[in-house]
Amino acid sequence: MTPSKESSPSAAHRTMTGFEIFVRSLIEEGVEVVFGYPGGAVIGIYDALHDISDIKHILTRHEQGAVHAAEGYAKASGKTGVALVTSGPGATNTITGIADAYMDSVPIVVFTGQVPLNLIGNDAFQEADIVGITRPITKHNYLVRNLGELTSTIKEAFYVASTGRPGPVLVDLPKDVLGGKTAFEYPKTISMRSYNPHVEGHLKQLEKAAALIARAKKPVFYVGGGTILANASDELRKIVKKTNIPVATTLHGLGAFPENDPLSMGMLGMHGTWFANTAVQHCDVLIAVGARFDDRVTGKPEAFAPNAKKIHIDIDPSAISKNVKCDVPIVGDVKNVLHKLLPMVAPCDTKDWLKDIRQWKAEHPLRYKNGEHIRMQHVIQQLGAITNGNAIIVSDVGQHQMWTAQFYTFMHPRTQITSGGLGTMGFSLPASVGAAFARTDVPIVSISGDGGIQMNIQEMATIVQYKLPVKIFILNNGYLGMVRQWQELFWKKRYSSVEMTGPNYVKLAEAYGMPGYSASRTEEVEGAIRRALDTPGPVLVEFKVVKEDNVYPMWPAGQTYNEMMDVPEDELSGVAGEDPISEELVTFSKG
Amino acid sequence: MSILTTTSVADAVSRTHTISILVENRFGAFVRVAGLFSAKGYNIDSISVGPTEDDSVSRMTIVTHGDDGIIEQITKQLNKLIDTLKVTDLTYEPLVERDLALIKVQTTPETRSEIMQIVEIFRAKIIDISPKTLTVEAVGSSEKVDAIIKMLKPFVIKEIARTGRVALKREYYGEVE
Repeated sequence: MTPSKESSPSAAHRTMTGFEIFVRSLIEEGVEVVFGYPGGAVIGIYDALHDISDIKHILTRHEQGAVHAAEGYAKASGKTGVALVTSGPGATNTITGIADAYMDSVPIVVFTGQVPLNLIGNDAFQEADIVGITRPITKHNYLVRNLGELTSTIKEAFYVASTGRPGPVLVDLPKDVLGGKTAFEYPKTISMRSYNPHVEGHLKQLEKAAALIARAKKPVFYVGGGTILANASDELRKIVKKTNIPVATTLHGLGAFPENDPLSMGMLGMHGTWFANTAVQHCDVLIAVGARFDDRVTGKPEAFAPNAKKIHIDIDPSAISKNVKCDVPIVGDVKNVLHKLLPMVAPCDTKDWLKDIRQWKAEHPLRYKNGEHIRMQHVIQQLGAITNGNAIIVSDVGQHQMWTAQFYTFMHPRTQITSGGLGTMGFSLPASVGAAFARTDVPIVSISGDGGIQMNIQEMATIVQYKLPVKIFILNNGYLGMVRQWQELFWKKRYSSVEMTGPNYVKLAEAYGMPGYSASRTEEVEGAIRRALDTPGPVLVEFKVVKEDNVYPMWPAGQTYNEMMDVPEDELSGVAGEDPISEELVTFSKG
Repeated sequence: MSILTTTSVADAVSRTHTISILVENRFGAFVRVAGLFSAKGYNIDSISVGPTEDDSVSRMTIVTHGDDGIIEQITKQLNKLIDTLKVTDLTYEPLVERDLALIKVQTTPETRSEIMQIVEIFRAKIIDISPKTLTVEAVGSSEKVDAIIKMLKPFVIKEIARTGRVALKREYYGEVE
């Protein structure tokens, strides 16, 4: 029997178990891949999955990995990611991933097994109130209390997760509810009287925005992840080109606008480029597009872009004026709004303004000194040069993440995948598993520090089992680098619990069954990257990098642009650093 | 302050608001609303929940306080909840509001008649009596309920059970309460 291929009406109305109905509902939703981990409460679902060829089930090595994989899949593909886990510990292990998806507005649906209804609340074996636990970190969640509501709940879950401001939705499935039998009929349409995301931008507001833009002398686009979520990169490019307004992006906005374009200023914020931050600070009109004025972008909110009239385009009304007071709010889908705004705006005379920005780029480019020992910046820059922006870069959290944002030239939307809002170490490796199922046409590069890689290192086994062509780059400095940097700069260099050892990564790669090698000299970097990209299937490369190195520019948390620190002069003049001799100054700027 | 009160971000210029929310009458809807307030650090001065004319809809009346920015966020965040049908800030609307309290007061033969006079003045009711106590039912605006409690305090109040405020928008401005 191949139930997955059946689609005759008679088959559709045949009585089925809830397990079968569940699987068929996923097929109806167009789900191609599910990341999960079986267990007692979902064993019936796994039995139903066994016969299905339309859905690939990917067995991760930890439920947290399954959720990050679903996120990576969603971010790379634009589709909704799906994770399936058992009750109790299976469910609680998903929490970090769900919280991560909530912070970064990632559309995923997490299905958790649950103990039978009559045992709920009894402290049954592997019971956890996962609906209660995840209520504050999901866009919405459901407990399916009878089989009759299973299909409509699944339909709603996918709808809620993927529309409006996307986010994670959890559906809890008691074992006995799915054990029943009923006719299968998947709802064709959905209507929720309490949930109707506002998509269309208000014309009056658009007119106000266009008028502000027309008068602007020093405008800046501040582009966030919402632009990519709305698949609005084309619309953004058009409006930027038409208006000649320079672009600063957030971490999640990277790739929405090609960074080799002269109008690109790279990332803004705490570790943003000097020129992007300076431009934002001096601008007279700030056009926020699918961004939420996060504290890592604004620093002290009162001091952020103090002279600018602020236009804010966002689908989430609650994001508007939440942190920074906004002058012209436009609630709506970014794609829709930009499309409507395009014919309403005229080219701006930004010649003088762009000249200022070019000067800031020349005076304060991103820079570091290359010596014998590898700087992380150099690895990232080389990776950018070799891939030419045609790769999915999945970074983890910490210094390497900021250097990736700074030194990689992102060209396309959905090529930069990282954990921004929650800052989840251990995100990259499992997320790259998901990305590998979303895109098979470009290399998938997972970049982690030696801290983060050890948080979900078990997913190396998943990568090997499914022969995923993930290139695992470990930038090993033997420290929790970002915390060390803060301790150096703000805690009198008292290094508390930041020095760490790890396994022999090359041997570990071999043990897991993938090729691995390491590089420790700058001259080896380019070859190591090329070799990894040329190696079919998974490969691990450990870059042994300079131990103590700091990400600049930076401003201290909660401070303002005025406190922004660039690379210290003594470092550039070669006094500091581990190998002051024969160092070469590298400068890099976006656009 | 009730035990539900959490620390506000900006108490400085805060004022009291009565917010009425219609939600889907579903499992967990109340917890979502209450949880939102605690998660975001908003205040709840009182909260009351009950059915409406439509079985599938519940009404919650929340009395909260905060500055304009916080109240704006509260309404937006409440609207963002998937189960929310409608959020109305009744603060700037003509409204009818009621609060109900059951107040158990200690009595002696000497104080009983004086207590009964106070009850009379407030148009409250005595709904239970024992040799040593009277239980008073007071209904009205929260200020009125506060006032009768204040008046009864000297006689020693043994217990109070009080509902949160319930409120509806007035239909006809000129109506007498």
